Amino acid sequence: MTDRSTAPAAVTPTAWASPQMQARIRRRYRQERLFKLTGMGALALAAGFLVFLMASIVSSGWTSFLQAEVSVPVTLDPARLGVTAAQAKADPALLRRANFQGVLADSVAKAHGDEVEIVSDGAWLALRKAVEADPGLIGRTVPMWVIATSNLDQLAKGRIDLGADEGDRPVTDAEIAAWKRLEAKGGIRTVLNTTFLTGADSVDPELAGVWGALKGSFLTLIVTLLISFPVGVLAAIYLEEFAPKNRWTDIIEVSINNLAAVPSIIFGLLGLAVFLNTMNMPRSAPIVGGLTLALMTLPVIVIASRAAIKAVPPSIRDAALGVGASRVQVVFHHVLPLALPGMLTGTILGMARALGETAPLLMIGMRAFLTSVPQGFTQPATALPVQIFIWSDNVSRGFVEKTSGAIIVLLLFLLLINSLAIYLRNRFEVRW
Amino acid sequence: MNDLSLAAAATAPAAEKSLKMTARDVRVFYGEFEAIKGVSIDVTREDVTAFIGPSGCGKSTFLRCLNRMNDTVAGAKVMGDIRLDGEDIYSSGMDVVQLRARVGMVFQKPNPFPKSIYENVAYGPRIHGLARSRADMDVIVEKSLRRAGLWDEVKDRLADSGTALSGGQQQRLCIARAIAVNPEVILMDEPASALDPIATAKIEELIDELRGRYAIVIVTHNMQQAARVSQKTAFFHLGTMVEYGDTREIFTNPKETRTKDYITGRYG
Repeated sequence: MTDRSTAPAAVTPTAWASPQMQARIRRRYRQERLFKLTGMGALALAAGFLVFLMASIVSSGWTSFLQAEVSVPVTLDPARLGVTAAQAKADPALLRRANFQGVLADSVAKAHGDEVEIVSDGAWLALRKAVEADPGLIGRTVPMWVIATSNLDQLAKGRIDLGADEGDRPVTDAEIAAWKRLEAKGGIRTVLNTTFLTGADSVDPELAGVWGALKGSFLTLIVTLLISFPVGVLAAIYLEEFAPKNRWTDIIEVSINNLAAVPSIIFGLLGLAVFLNTMNMPRSAPIVGGLTLALMTLPVIVIASRAAIKAVPPSIRDAALGVGASRVQVVFHHVLPLALPGMLTGTILGMARALGETAPLLMIGMRAFLTSVPQGFTQPATALPVQIFIWSDNVSRGFVEKTSGAIIVLLLFLLLINSLAIYLRNRFEVRW
Repeated sequence: MNDLSLAAAATAPAAEKSLKMTARDVRVFYGEFEAIKGVSIDVTREDVTAFIGPSGCGKSTFLRCLNRMNDTVAGAKVMGDIRLDGEDIYSSGMDVVQLRARVGMVFQKPNPFPKSIYENVAYGPRIHGLARSRADMDVIVEKSLRRAGLWDEVKDRLADSGTALSGGQQQRLCIARAIAVNPEVILMDEPASALDPIATAKIEELIDELRGRYAIVIVTHNMQQAARVSQKTAFFHLGTMVEYGDTREIFTNPKETRTKDYITGRYG
């Protein structure tokens, strides 16, 4: 069948070796190298910023987990205290009202002099706790370590530039002298700062803790998760699997996408108007914060869940329908298990955003100054990012350190949540 | 009328056989587009019926009308009359879920659930409550896998994922899954088109074994396959059914020139 005469004319081979061709090829390789270098540069820049951020936060914040304490032999004089050991045993309420402040002040003055304040205003609380645990201490002299003032604390941690002029640094020369005296006789030490990890906010940095804010964040996030996850997932399932495709569902889809981009403070205003002013829910409470953040997180979860549902191959739905499964069975037996990892990822991302959100919580009053740890969903609380915001406003050196410390706690919390997300995703992921 | 004569032609040779499904003047619209333009056909219980025709001729669309899988396609509209044992499957009284259990389906691409082999087969019987106990279910699973010719290959690894099987095994698993709910009709949409020749041969063998137990309708674009496995063949072209009759007749002595041209390879 081969007919030479009708065969097409032989093609001239491309001149790959020609100088023009070679130049072209070299240019292509150069472009590729350049692109790779640019990408690596961008990555290095991003990594550099991240390292700088982490280093600066950790270096200025790690000492907030430490606290300076001063050694004081406390003379628990029943006369000064206003209560005897026998009375204290009989009536704990009387002991609670006793003059621990005076006793501690006397003891400190006797041991270290009273020209500068070296012991925190709240140090007597620890003394009261000790005596409440053992009223038999009254009438004796007890050696104790009590919390130092913020200035002494900063000195002990080496946070103060001693070379600066007195007017340029937050501590006075007298305080430095007192610190040096204490150092010389071993009267000051730094220990793990349990107050920071277990306490709530305070006017004194050495008495301020993040636990109140952390628990507030935790309670708020629980409400957010309980509302936004089921509602978001069910909305996504309905929109993807059941809703007819018409103008109304188009409008809903566009609205959801737009809601995800609305500034969070708007959601705060919405929460203020709806939950506080209309529904009269308690101000500053985690339940209101949680509901407000749920409004903000909902569109994110709906969008992520819809994407996860869309990613389930249609052939799985066909297969289930083909053996006579109803649409609800198709969704709950097949689509949902396959889409769950994606939904969880979206939810965790939304939750992480909610955890870091400050603005909407300010609007609903979760910026209150609270010295107690919230005990429930309806009690006044604050949240970690709001606490950071409040502390960052404070000029005291102690709070500068506490701000970074709280940021470290927030980042650790975020890291924990994200690790949980990765674990859950891998746990539920079905491979095929 | 054309469809009347077709119906007469279709019913005449099948007189001694029992009719399982009948379709009369079926039209399918995807929005404005008319994908099926008045198709009438009879499916007999004893035979394998093959739908052949070039790509896009509507044979798969028509197949999906037979168990209302087109319901899930947005904008698809089915008109005409399709009956299963004389019962209108598009009537409001018809339960789609039950219909799909009675008219099972095997798809072009093997689509086992990403679950264990056992679960793949057991899923249908479970949602329909066909097994009263775990032992019952074991029997159904074994029987279905045996009928699909897969039992000996998978009996020791029923807990393995169905998706870990080879393509041909996956397709036989899908057939076992369809058999497990005890259907009356099995629709197969190009069941071997994604498989290699050896796996294809096994599927064809399997279809031959299943013949008689279930009414089988198979869509294929492989004409040799249609000739090998079917007793009845319908030739579709551009949304119409051009010719329907005994497979031997269609392949050796087609009445229509279009059929003849397609079978001899003039187009397709």
